[in-house]
Amino acid sequence: MAIPQRYERIVCIALLLGMWELVSAAGLVNPVLIPPPHRIVQAMLELLLNGLPAGKLLHRHCLESLLRVAAGFAAALAAGLPLGLALGRSARLRTLCTPLIEIVRPIPPLAWIPLAILWFGIGLQSAAFIIFLGCFFPIVLNTVTGVLTVDAILIDAARVCGADDRRIFTRVLLPAAWPSVCTGMRIGLGIGWMTLVAAEFTGVKSGYGLGYMIMTARDIQRPDYVLAGMALIGVVGFLLDMLLQALQQRVIATREPRAV
Amino acid sequence: MTLHISSLHKSFAKGVATGTVNVLSDISLSIDAGSFVSIIGPSGCGKSTLLRLIAGLARPTSGTIQLDGELISGVSEKTGFVFQSYALFPWLTVVDNIAFPLAMKNVPKAQRRAQAMEYVGRFGLSGFERSYPVELSGGMQQRVAIARSLIDNAEVLLMDEPFGALDSQTRSCMQQFLLEVWRQTCCTILLITHNIDEAVYLGQRVICLTQRPARVGDDIPVEVPYPRDVTSDEFNVYRRRILRFLDREHSAAPGGNPSC
Ligand SMILES: Nc1ncnc2c1ncn2[C@@H]1O[C@H](COP(=O)(O)OP(=O)(O)O)[C@@H](O)[C@H]1O
Ligand SMILES: [Mg+2]
Repeated sequence: MAIPQRYERIVCIALLLGMWELVSAAGLVNPVLIPPPHRIVQAMLELLLNGLPAGKLLHRHCLESLLRVAAGFAAALAAGLPLGLALGRSARLRTLCTPLIEIVRPIPPLAWIPLAILWFGIGLQSAAFIIFLGCFFPIVLNTVTGVLTVDAILIDAARVCGADDRRIFTRVLLPAAWPSVCTGMRIGLGIGWMTLVAAEFTGVKSGYGLGYMIMTARDIQRPDYVLAGMALIGVVGFLLDMLLQALQQRVIATREPRAV
Repeated sequence: MTLHISSLHKSFAKGVATGTVNVLSDISLSIDAGSFVSIIGPSGCGKSTLLRLIAGLARPTSGTIQLDGELISGVSEKTGFVFQSYALFPWLTVVDNIAFPLAMKNVPKAQRRAQAMEYVGRFGLSGFERSYPVELSGGMQQRVAIARSLIDNAEVLLMDEPFGALDSQTRSCMQQFLLEVWRQTCCTILLITHNIDEAVYLGQRVICLTQRPARVGDDIPVEVPYPRDVTSDEFNVYRRRILRFLDREHSAAPGGNPSC
Protein backbone atom coordinates (compact mmCIF):
# COMPACT_ATOMS: atom_id res chain seq x y z
CA MET A 1 0.00 0.00 0.00
CA ALA A 2 1.51 3.31 -1.08
CA ILE A 3 1.01 6.33 1.16
CA PRO A 4 1.17 9.77 -0.46
CA GLN A 5 4.37 11.39 0.79
CA ARG A 6 2.74 14.40 2.40
CA TYR A 7 0.65 12.13 4.63
CA GLU A 8 3.65 10.12 5.77
CA ARG A 9 4.43 12.32 8.75
CA ILE A 10 0.83 12.23 9.92
CA VAL A 11 0.80 8.45 9.60
CA CYS A 12 4.05 8.35 11.54
CA ILE A 13 2.56 10.29 14.45
CA ALA A 14 -0.63 8.20 14.33
CA LEU A 15 1.38 4.98 14.48
CA LEU A 16 3.31 6.20 17.50
CA LEU A 17 0.15 7.22 19.34
CA GLY A 18 -1.45 3.88 18.42
CA MET A 19 1.47 1.96 19.88
CA TRP A 20 1.32 4.05 23.04
CA GLU A 21 -2.40 3.30 23.29
CA LEU A 22 -1.74 -0.45 22.84
CA VAL A 23 1.06 -0.57 25.38
CA SER A 24 -1.23 1.16 27.82
CA ALA A 25 -4.18 -1.10 27.07
CA ALA A 26 -1.97 -4.18 27.54
CA GLY A 27 -1.28 -2.97 31.05
CA LEU A 28 2.47 -2.67 30.50
CA VAL A 29 2.61 0.78 32.12
CA ASN A 30 0.75 2.42 34.96
CA PRO A 31 -2.09 4.35 33.21
CA VAL A 32 -2.18 6.91 36.02
CA LEU A 33 1.50 7.84 35.69
CA ILE A 34 1.56 7.55 31.90
CA PRO A 35 -1.98 8.15 30.69
CA PRO A 36 -2.78 6.83 27.18
CA PRO A 37 -3.45 9.32 24.35
CA HIS A 38 -7.23 9.10 24.57
CA ARG A 39 -7.03 10.07 28.24
CA ILE A 40 -4.97 13.12 27.31
CA VAL A 41 -7.52 14.16 24.70
CA GLN A 42 -10.25 13.66 27.30
CA ALA A 43 -8.23 15.72 29.78
CA MET A 44 -7.91 18.48 27.23
CA LEU A 45 -11.68 18.53 26.73
CA GLU A 46 -12.22 18.68 30.49
CA LEU A 47 -9.75 21.55 30.74
CA LEU A 48 -11.51 23.34 27.93
CA LEU A 49 -15.01 22.86 29.37
CA ASN A 50 -14.52 22.81 33.15
CA GLY A 51 -11.16 24.47 33.57
CA LEU A 52 -8.41 24.07 36.12
CA PRO A 53 -8.68 25.40 38.78
CA ALA A 54 -12.42 25.01 38.25
CA GLY A 55 -13.74 27.79 36.01
CA LYS A 56 -10.30 28.74 34.59
CA LEU A 57 -10.71 27.49 31.05
CA LEU A 58 -7.91 26.14 28.83
CA HIS A 59 -8.15 28.68 26.02
CA ARG A 60 -7.79 31.53 28.50
CA HIS A 61 -4.67 29.86 29.93
CA CYS A 62 -3.30 29.63 26.42
CA LEU A 63 -4.15 33.24 25.50
CA GLU A 64 -2.59 34.66 28.66
CA SER A 65 0.58 32.65 28.04
CA LEU A 66 0.72 33.90 24.48
CA LEU A 67 0.34 37.46 25.76
CA ARG A 68 3.31 37.02 28.12
CA VAL A 69 5.44 35.53 25.36
CA ALA A 70 4.40 38.27 22.95
CA ALA A 71 5.40 40.94 25.49
CA GLY A 72 8.78 39.33 26.20
CA PHE A 73 9.44 38.66 22.55
CA ALA A 74 8.52 42.19 21.48
CA ALA A 75 10.82 43.67 24.11
CA ALA A 76 13.64 41.36 23.01
CA LEU A 77 13.14 42.36 19.39
CA ALA A 78 12.97 46.07 20.22
CA ALA A 79 16.21 45.87 22.20
CA GLY A 80 18.03 43.08 20.36
CA LEU A 81 17.59 44.26 16.80
CA PRO A 82 19.15 47.75 17.17
CA LEU A 83 21.89 46.34 19.40
CA GLY A 84 22.63 43.59 16.88
CA LEU A 85 22.78 46.11 14.02
CA ALA A 86 25.11 48.37 15.98
CA LEU A 87 27.34 45.48 17.05
CA GLY A 88 27.48 44.22 13.47
CA ARG A 89 28.63 47.62 12.24
CA SER A 90 31.21 48.49 14.87
CA ALA A 91 34.15 46.20 15.52
CA ARG A 92 35.02 48.31 18.56
CA LEU A 93 31.58 47.85 20.08
CA ARG A 94 31.85 44.11 19.38
CA THR A 95 35.11 43.68 21.27
CA LEU A 96 33.66 45.77 24.06
CA CYS A 97 30.35 43.96 24.42
CA THR A 98 31.03 40.37 23.38
CA PRO A 99 32.52 39.22 26.72
CA LEU A 100 29.60 40.74 28.59
CA ILE A 101 27.07 39.07 26.30
CA GLU A 102 28.84 35.72 26.46
CA ILE A 103 28.91 35.81 30.27
CA VAL A 104 25.25 36.68 30.68
CA ARG A 105 24.03 34.38 27.89
CA PRO A 106 24.68 31.01 29.57
CA ILE A 107 22.81 31.98 32.75
CA PRO A 108 19.57 29.99 32.59
CA PRO A 109 16.42 32.14 32.64
CA LEU A 110 15.31 30.06 35.66
CA ALA A 111 18.18 31.55 37.69
CA TRP A 112 16.80 35.04 37.10
CA ILE A 113 13.46 34.28 38.72
CA PRO A 114 14.29 35.59 42.22
CA LEU A 115 15.60 38.84 40.78
CA ALA A 116 12.70 39.11 38.35
CA ILE A 117 10.24 38.91 41.24
CA LEU A 118 12.23 41.41 43.29
CA TRP A 119 12.50 43.87 40.43
CA PHE A 120 9.10 43.56 38.81
CA GLY A 121 6.90 41.93 41.42
CA ILE A 122 4.47 39.21 40.52
CA GLY A 123 2.68 39.63 37.22
CA LEU A 124 3.06 40.15 33.52
CA GLN A 125 6.30 42.13 33.77
CA SER A 126 8.39 39.55 35.59
CA ALA A 127 7.13 36.71 33.39
CA ALA A 128 7.79 38.77 30.28
CA PHE A 129 11.28 39.55 31.59
CA ILE A 130 12.13 35.84 31.88
CA ILE A 131 10.86 35.25 28.34
CA PHE A 132 12.76 38.32 27.17
CA LEU A 133 15.97 36.69 28.43
CA GLY A 134 15.25 33.60 26.38
CA CYS A 135 14.50 35.54 23.17
CA PHE A 136 17.09 38.28 23.44
CA PHE A 137 20.40 36.53 22.77
CA PRO A 138 19.46 34.55 19.66
CA ILE A 139 18.04 37.74 18.14
CA VAL A 140 21.16 39.79 18.92
CA LEU A 141 23.65 37.16 17.78
CA ASN A 142 21.86 36.32 14.54
CA THR A 143 21.42 40.00 13.70
CA VAL A 144 25.16 40.52 14.19
CA THR A 145 25.90 37.58 11.89
CA GLY A 146 23.45 38.95 9.35
CA VAL A 147 25.09 42.38 9.32
CA LEU A 148 28.61 40.94 9.16
CA THR A 149 27.74 38.98 6.04
CA VAL A 150 26.25 41.95 4.17
CA ASP A 151 28.14 42.46 0.93
CA ALA A 152 30.23 45.64 1.35
CA ILE A 153 29.52 46.49 -2.28
CA LEU A 154 25.85 47.01 -1.42
CA ILE A 155 26.83 49.59 1.18
CA ASP A 156 29.05 51.36 -1.36
CA ALA A 157 26.23 51.22 -3.89
CA ALA A 158 23.88 52.87 -1.41
CA ARG A 159 26.45 55.54 -0.60
CA VAL A 160 26.97 56.50 -4.23
CA CYS A 161 23.18 56.70 -4.46
CA GLY A 162 23.30 59.35 -1.75
CA ALA A 163 22.35 57.30 1.31
CA ASP A 164 23.43 58.76 4.66
CA ASP A 165 24.38 56.60 7.64
CA ARG A 166 20.81 56.35 8.91
CA ARG A 167 19.54 55.29 5.49
CA ILE A 168 22.31 52.72 5.18
CA PHE A 169 21.03 51.20 8.42
CA THR A 170 17.37 51.19 7.50
CA ARG A 171 17.55 50.65 3.74
CA VAL A 172 20.55 48.34 3.39
CA LEU A 173 21.77 46.69 6.59
CA LEU A 174 18.33 45.86 7.92
CA PRO A 175 16.87 44.33 4.75
CA ALA A 176 20.15 42.58 3.89
CA ALA A 177 20.38 41.08 7.36
CA TRP A 178 16.67 40.25 7.46
CA PRO A 179 16.86 36.51 6.64
CA SER A 180 19.34 36.11 9.45
CA VAL A 181 17.22 38.27 11.76
CA CYS A 182 14.29 35.97 10.97
CA THR A 183 16.37 32.96 12.00
CA GLY A 184 17.17 34.76 15.25
CA MET A 185 13.50 35.48 15.81
CA ARG A 186 12.57 31.85 15.17
CA ILE A 187 15.17 30.55 17.59
CA GLY A 188 14.35 33.32 20.06
CA LEU A 189 10.63 32.72 19.96
CA GLY A 190 11.24 28.98 20.33
CA ILE A 191 13.36 29.47 23.42
CA GLY A 192 11.00 32.15 24.72
CA TRP A 193 8.07 29.78 24.46
CA MET A 194 10.17 27.07 26.13
CA THR A 195 10.87 29.31 29.10
CA LEU A 196 7.15 29.96 29.50
CA VAL A 197 6.67 27.46 32.30
CA ALA A 198 9.70 28.85 34.13
CA ALA A 199 8.38 32.36 33.58
CA GLU A 200 5.07 31.45 35.15
CA PHE A 201 6.96 30.10 38.16
CA THR A 202 7.29 33.78 39.04
CA GLY A 203 3.61 33.53 39.88
CA VAL A 204 0.58 34.74 38.00
CA LYS A 205 -1.80 37.26 39.41
CA SER A 206 -4.64 36.54 37.02
CA GLY A 207 -4.64 32.79 37.77
CA TYR A 208 -4.18 32.03 34.09
CA GLY A 209 -1.27 30.57 32.12
CA LEU A 210 -0.35 27.19 30.69
CA GLY A 211 2.67 26.84 32.95
CA TYR A 212 0.60 27.86 35.93
CA MET A 213 -2.09 25.35 34.91
CA ILE A 214 0.48 22.57 34.67
CA MET A 215 1.73 23.37 38.16
CA THR A 216 -1.80 23.32 39.49
CA ALA A 217 -2.27 19.90 37.84
CA ARG A 218 0.88 18.70 39.55
CA ASP A 219 -0.39 19.92 42.92
CA ILE A 220 -3.59 17.89 42.56
CA GLN A 221 -1.60 14.96 41.11
CA ARG A 222 -3.21 14.74 37.68
CA PRO A 223 -0.55 13.60 35.16
CA ASP A 224 -3.21 13.60 32.42
CA TYR A 225 -3.77 17.34 32.88
CA VAL A 226 0.00 17.89 33.00
CA LEU A 227 0.44 16.03 29.72
CA ALA A 228 -2.50 17.84 28.13
CA GLY A 229 -0.85 21.17 29.02
CA MET A 230 2.51 19.96 27.70
CA ALA A 231 0.95 18.77 24.45
CA LEU A 232 -0.71 22.14 23.94
CA ILE A 233 2.59 23.98 24.58
CA GLY A 234 4.21 21.74 21.97
CA VAL A 235 1.53 22.28 19.35
CA VAL A 236 1.33 26.06 19.86
CA GLY A 237 5.13 26.31 19.72
CA PHE A 238 5.08 24.39 16.45
CA LEU A 239 2.44 26.71 14.98
CA LEU A 240 4.35 29.83 16.06
CA ASP A 241 7.47 28.54 14.36
CA MET A 242 5.52 27.77 11.18
CA LEU A 243 4.29 31.36 11.21
CA LEU A 244 7.79 32.83 11.43
CA GLN A 245 9.09 30.32 8.92
CA ALA A 246 6.47 31.47 6.43
CA LEU A 247 7.58 35.06 7.03
CA GLN A 248 11.19 34.09 6.42
CA GLN A 249 10.34 32.16 3.25
CA ARG A 250 8.56 35.18 1.82
CA VAL A 251 11.68 37.26 2.41
CA ILE A 252 14.07 34.71 0.95
CA ALA A 253 11.88 34.14 -2.09
CA THR A 254 13.09 37.41 -3.60
CA ARG A 255 16.74 36.59 -3.07
CA GLU A 256 17.22 33.18 -4.59
CA PRO A 257 16.43 32.12 -8.14
CA ARG A 258 13.05 30.45 -8.28
CA ALA A 259 12.80 26.90 -9.48
CA VAL A 260 11.06 27.06 -12.84
CA MET B 1 31.92 68.09 -16.22
CA THR B 2 35.67 68.48 -16.44
CA LEU B 3 37.56 66.19 -14.15
CA HIS B 4 40.93 67.32 -12.83
CA ILE B 5 43.17 64.92 -10.97
CA SER B 6 46.49 66.22 -9.75
CA SER B 7 49.37 64.39 -8.06
CA LEU B 8 47.06 61.80 -6.60
CA HIS B 9 48.58 59.36 -4.11
CA LYS B 10 46.87 56.59 -2.24
CA SER B 11 48.37 54.10 0.16
CA PHE B 12 46.79 51.56 2.48
CA ALA B 13 47.95 50.37 5.86
CA LYS B 14 49.20 46.82 5.38
CA GLY B 15 47.76 45.45 8.60
CA VAL B 16 49.57 43.73 11.42
CA ALA B 17 53.07 44.18 10.01
CA THR B 18 53.13 47.93 10.11
CA GLY B 19 53.93 49.58 6.84
CA THR B 20 51.93 50.74 3.90
CA VAL B 21 51.16 49.61 0.39
CA ASN B 22 51.40 52.34 -2.17
CA VAL B 23 48.62 51.78 -4.63
CA LEU B 24 48.45 55.00 -6.60
CA SER B 25 51.52 57.09 -7.12
CA ASP B 26 51.42 60.58 -8.54
CA ILE B 27 48.52 60.34 -10.93
CA SER B 28 47.59 63.48 -12.80
CA LEU B 29 44.85 63.52 -15.39
CA SER B 30 42.55 65.96 -17.06
CA ILE B 31 39.35 64.62 -18.50
CA ASP B 32 37.12 66.73 -20.70
CA ALA B 33 33.42 67.06 -20.13
CA GLY B 34 31.44 64.60 -22.19
CA SER B 35 34.37 62.41 -23.14
CA PHE B 36 34.56 58.65 -22.99
CA VAL B 37 37.75 57.40 -21.37
CA SER B 38 38.82 53.77 -20.98
CA ILE B 39 41.23 52.82 -18.22
CA ILE B 40 43.22 49.64 -18.49
CA GLY B 41 45.99 48.14 -16.38
CA PRO B 42 47.31 44.95 -14.80
CA SER B 43 44.98 43.41 -12.25
CA GLY B 44 45.54 44.63 -8.72
CA CYS B 45 47.29 47.78 -9.89
CA GLY B 46 44.77 50.13 -8.33
CA LYS B 47 42.13 50.79 -10.98
CA SER B 48 39.19 50.28 -8.63
CA THR B 49 40.94 52.37 -6.01
CA LEU B 50 41.27 55.24 -8.47
CA LEU B 51 37.58 55.07 -9.35
CA ARG B 52 36.53 54.91 -5.69
CA LEU B 53 38.55 58.02 -4.99
CA ILE B 54 36.85 59.87 -7.83
CA ALA B 55 33.47 58.68 -6.55
CA GLY B 56 34.26 60.05 -3.10
CA LEU B 57 33.98 56.59 -1.54
CA ALA B 58 37.56 56.88 -0.26
CA ARG B 59 39.95 59.74 0.52
CA PRO B 60 43.26 60.31 -1.24
CA THR B 61 46.42 60.09 0.85
CA SER B 62 47.52 63.23 -0.94
CA GLY B 63 46.64 65.11 -4.09
CA THR B 64 43.34 66.48 -5.28
CA ILE B 65 40.42 65.58 -7.47
CA GLN B 66 38.26 68.37 -8.83
CA LEU B 67 34.96 68.22 -10.64
CA ASP B 68 34.39 71.47 -12.54
CA GLY B 69 36.82 73.17 -10.20
CA GLU B 70 35.14 71.86 -7.08
CA LEU B 71 37.15 69.66 -4.75
CA ILE B 72 35.65 66.20 -4.20
CA SER B 73 35.26 65.64 -0.48
CA GLY B 74 32.62 62.95 -0.43
CA VAL B 75 30.00 61.27 -2.55
CA SER B 76 28.66 63.73 -5.09
CA GLU B 77 25.28 63.47 -6.75
CA LYS B 78 26.96 64.47 -10.00
CA THR B 79 28.68 61.10 -10.23
CA GLY B 80 27.11 57.72 -10.84
CA PHE B 81 28.86 54.43 -10.19
CA VAL B 82 28.39 51.06 -11.87
CA PHE B 83 29.93 47.99 -10.26
CA GLN B 84 31.09 44.82 -11.96
CA SER B 85 28.87 42.72 -9.71
CA TYR B 86 25.87 45.02 -10.47
CA ALA B 87 25.35 45.62 -6.73
CA LEU B 88 21.58 45.75 -7.06
CA PHE B 89 19.51 45.49 -3.89
CA PRO B 90 18.10 41.96 -4.05
CA TRP B 91 15.07 42.86 -1.90
CA LEU B 92 13.91 45.64 -4.23
CA THR B 93 12.11 45.31 -7.55
CA VAL B 94 13.60 46.67 -10.77
CA VAL B 95 11.64 49.91 -10.44
CA ASP B 96 12.58 50.40 -6.80
CA ASN B 97 16.23 49.68 -7.54
CA ILE B 98 16.29 52.27 -10.32
CA ALA B 99 14.44 54.81 -8.16
CA PHE B 100 16.68 54.26 -5.12
CA PRO B 101 18.73 57.49 -5.51
CA LEU B 102 15.48 59.48 -5.75
CA ALA B 103 14.19 57.81 -2.58
CA MET B 104 17.36 59.00 -0.86
CA LYS B 105 16.38 62.56 -1.82
CA ASN B 106 12.83 62.09 -0.54
CA VAL B 107 11.27 62.51 -3.98
CA PRO B 108 7.56 61.59 -3.67
CA LYS B 109 6.81 57.99 -4.51
CA ALA B 110 4.62 58.64 -7.55
CA GLN B 111 7.21 60.88 -9.16
CA ARG B 112 9.96 58.40 -8.36
CA ARG B 113 8.10 55.59 -10.03
CA ALA B 114 7.25 57.68 -13.07
CA GLN B 115 10.88 58.62 -13.57
CA ALA B 116 12.05 55.05 -13.06
CA MET B 117 9.45 53.75 -15.50
CA GLU B 118 10.87 56.05 -18.14
CA TYR B 119 14.19 54.23 -17.82
CA VAL B 120 12.45 50.86 -17.78
CA GLY B 121 11.03 51.70 -21.20
CA ARG B 122 14.17 53.24 -22.66
CA PHE B 123 16.44 50.48 -21.37
CA GLY B 124 14.40 47.56 -22.71
CA LEU B 125 13.22 46.39 -19.30
CA SER B 126 9.48 46.62 -19.98
CA GLY B 127 7.58 43.76 -18.44
CA PHE B 128 10.25 43.31 -15.77
CA GLU B 129 9.53 46.40 -13.67
CA ARG B 130 8.11 44.29 -10.84
CA SER B 131 10.77 41.57 -11.09
CA TYR B 132 13.52 41.10 -8.56
CA PRO B 133 17.18 41.16 -9.63
CA VAL B 134 17.57 37.37 -9.32
CA GLU B 135 14.97 36.97 -12.02
CA LEU B 136 16.98 38.95 -14.57
CA SER B 137 19.84 38.01 -16.88
CA GLY B 138 23.27 39.54 -16.29
CA GLY B 139 22.83 42.05 -19.11
CA MET B 140 19.47 43.18 -17.78
CA GLN B 141 20.84 43.50 -14.26
CA GLN B 142 23.62 45.72 -15.57
CA ARG B 143 21.10 47.86 -17.44
CA VAL B 144 19.17 48.31 -14.20
CA ALA B 145 22.42 49.32 -12.50
CA ILE B 146 23.19 51.84 -15.25
CA ALA B 147 19.67 53.26 -15.02
CA ARG B 148 20.10 53.60 -11.25
CA SER B 149 23.37 55.47 -11.71
CA LEU B 150 21.85 57.89 -14.24
CA ILE B 151 18.41 58.60 -12.79
CA ASP B 152 19.66 61.38 -10.54
CA ASN B 153 21.10 63.20 -13.59
CA ALA B 154 24.69 62.10 -13.07
CA GLU B 155 27.12 63.95 -15.27
CA VAL B 156 30.05 61.63 -14.69
CA LEU B 157 29.55 57.89 -14.99
CA LEU B 158 32.20 55.75 -13.31
CA MET B 159 32.15 52.13 -14.41
CA ASP B 160 34.33 49.46 -12.80
CA GLU B 161 34.64 46.55 -15.22
CA PRO B 162 30.90 46.73 -15.83
CA PHE B 163 30.75 44.00 -18.45
CA GLY B 164 33.44 41.70 -17.03
CA ALA B 165 30.95 39.10 -15.84
CA LEU B 166 28.99 38.89 -19.10
CA ASP B 167 29.38 36.41 -21.94
CA SER B 168 30.91 37.85 -25.12
CA GLN B 169 27.60 38.10 -26.99
CA THR B 170 25.89 40.04 -24.20
CA ARG B 171 29.04 42.05 -23.68
CA SER B 172 29.11 43.41 -27.23
CA CYS B 173 25.41 44.09 -27.06
CA MET B 174 25.96 46.08 -23.84
CA GLN B 175 28.83 48.00 -25.45
CA GLN B 176 26.48 49.19 -28.20
CA PHE B 177 23.92 50.03 -25.56
CA LEU B 178 26.43 52.05 -23.55
CA LEU B 179 27.55 54.06 -26.58
CA GLU B 180 23.91 54.86 -27.23
CA VAL B 181 23.41 55.96 -23.61
CA TRP B 182 26.53 58.11 -23.85
CA ARG B 183 25.27 59.72 -27.07
CA GLN B 184 21.90 60.49 -25.51
CA THR B 185 23.02 61.75 -22.09
CA CYS B 186 26.27 63.46 -23.11
CA CYS B 187 27.78 62.49 -19.78
CA THR B 188 31.46 61.90 -19.11
CA ILE B 189 32.25 58.20 -18.88
CA LEU B 190 35.26 56.61 -17.18
CA LEU B 191 35.26 52.90 -17.84
CA ILE B 192 37.67 50.42 -16.33
CA THR B 193 38.23 47.25 -18.25
CA HIS B 194 40.83 44.52 -18.56
CA ASN B 195 39.70 43.83 -22.09
CA ILE B 196 41.88 45.58 -24.69
CA ASP B 197 39.25 45.37 -27.45
CA GLU B 198 36.64 46.88 -25.19
CA ALA B 199 38.97 49.71 -24.16
CA VAL B 200 39.71 50.65 -27.78
CA TYR B 201 36.21 50.00 -29.07
CA LEU B 202 34.58 52.33 -26.56
CA GLY B 203 37.06 54.98 -25.49
CA GLN B 204 38.04 58.23 -27.16
CA ARG B 205 41.11 57.83 -25.03
CA VAL B 206 42.72 54.82 -23.38
CA ILE B 207 44.67 55.43 -20.19
CA CYS B 208 47.09 52.64 -19.36
CA LEU B 209 48.10 52.26 -15.74
CA THR B 210 51.36 50.62 -14.67
CA GLN B 211 51.93 47.90 -12.11
CA ARG B 212 51.38 48.92 -8.50
CA PRO B 213 52.02 51.62 -7.44
CA ALA B 214 50.03 52.72 -10.46
CA ARG B 215 51.11 55.65 -12.56
CA VAL B 216 49.81 56.73 -15.92
CA GLY B 217 52.02 54.65 -18.19
CA ASP B 218 50.46 55.59 -21.49
CA ASP B 219 47.67 57.88 -22.57
CA ILE B 220 46.41 57.01 -26.02
CA PRO B 221 43.90 59.10 -27.95
CA VAL B 222 41.84 56.78 -30.15
CA GLU B 223 41.23 58.79 -33.29
CA VAL B 224 38.73 56.49 -34.94
CA PRO B 225 35.18 57.63 -35.60
CA TYR B 226 32.23 55.70 -34.18
CA PRO B 227 30.93 53.15 -35.02
CA ARG B 228 34.27 51.41 -34.95
CA ASP B 229 35.31 48.33 -36.84
CA VAL B 230 37.24 45.96 -34.61
CA THR B 231 38.65 44.13 -37.65
CA SER B 232 40.18 47.21 -39.26
CA ASP B 233 43.93 47.75 -39.54
CA GLU B 234 43.95 50.97 -37.56
CA PHE B 235 42.09 49.23 -34.73
CA ASN B 236 44.89 46.69 -34.69
CA VAL B 237 47.49 49.39 -34.32
CA TYR B 238 45.90 50.51 -31.05
CA ARG B 239 45.38 46.95 -29.94
CA ARG B 240 49.05 46.12 -30.50
CA ARG B 241 50.27 49.22 -28.68
CA ILE B 242 48.23 48.42 -25.57
CA LEU B 243 49.12 44.74 -25.68
CA ARG B 244 52.84 45.61 -25.79
CA PHE B 245 52.38 47.95 -22.84
CA LEU B 246 50.60 45.33 -20.74
CA ASP B 247 53.15 42.65 -21.63
CA ARG B 248 55.93 44.96 -20.52
CA GLU B 249 54.12 45.69 -17.29
CA HIS B 250 53.58 42.00 -16.63
CA SER B 251 57.21 41.05 -17.11
CA ALA B 252 58.30 44.05 -15.06
CA ALA B 253 56.32 42.75 -12.11
CA PRO B 254 58.36 41.30 -9.25
CA GLY B 255 58.42 37.52 -9.68
CA GLY B 256 57.66 37.61 -13.39
CA ASN B 257 54.00 37.36 -14.31
CA PRO B 258 51.90 37.13 -11.16
CA SER B 259 48.51 37.05 -12.82
CA CYS B 260 49.11 33.86 -14.84
N1 LIG C 1 40.58 49.06 1.57
C1 LIG C 1 41.78 48.53 1.27
N2 LIG C 1 42.66 48.24 2.26
C2 LIG C 1 43.87 47.72 1.98
N3 LIG C 1 44.31 47.44 0.75
C3 LIG C 1 43.48 47.69 -0.28
C4 LIG C 1 42.17 48.24 -0.07
N4 LIG C 1 41.58 48.39 -1.28
C5 LIG C 1 42.46 47.94 -2.18
N5 LIG C 1 43.61 47.54 -1.59
C6 LIG C 1 44.79 47.02 -2.27
O1 LIG C 1 45.11 47.91 -3.31
C7 LIG C 1 45.55 47.22 -4.44
C8 LIG C 1 44.77 47.66 -5.66
O2 LIG C 1 43.43 47.21 -5.55
P1 LIG C 1 42.34 47.54 -6.66
O3 LIG C 1 42.23 49.01 -6.78
O4 LIG C 1 41.12 46.81 -6.31
O5 LIG C 1 43.01 46.93 -7.96
P2 LIG C 1 42.37 46.68 -9.41
O6 LIG C 1 40.98 47.20 -9.41
O7 LIG C 1 43.28 47.38 -10.34
O8 LIG C 1 42.42 45.21 -9.65
C9 LIG C 1 45.42 45.74 -4.15
O9 LIG C 1 46.69 45.23 -3.85
C10 LIG C 1 44.53 45.70 -2.94
O10 LIG C 1 44.91 44.63 -2.12
MG1 LIG D 1 39.15 46.19 -9.62
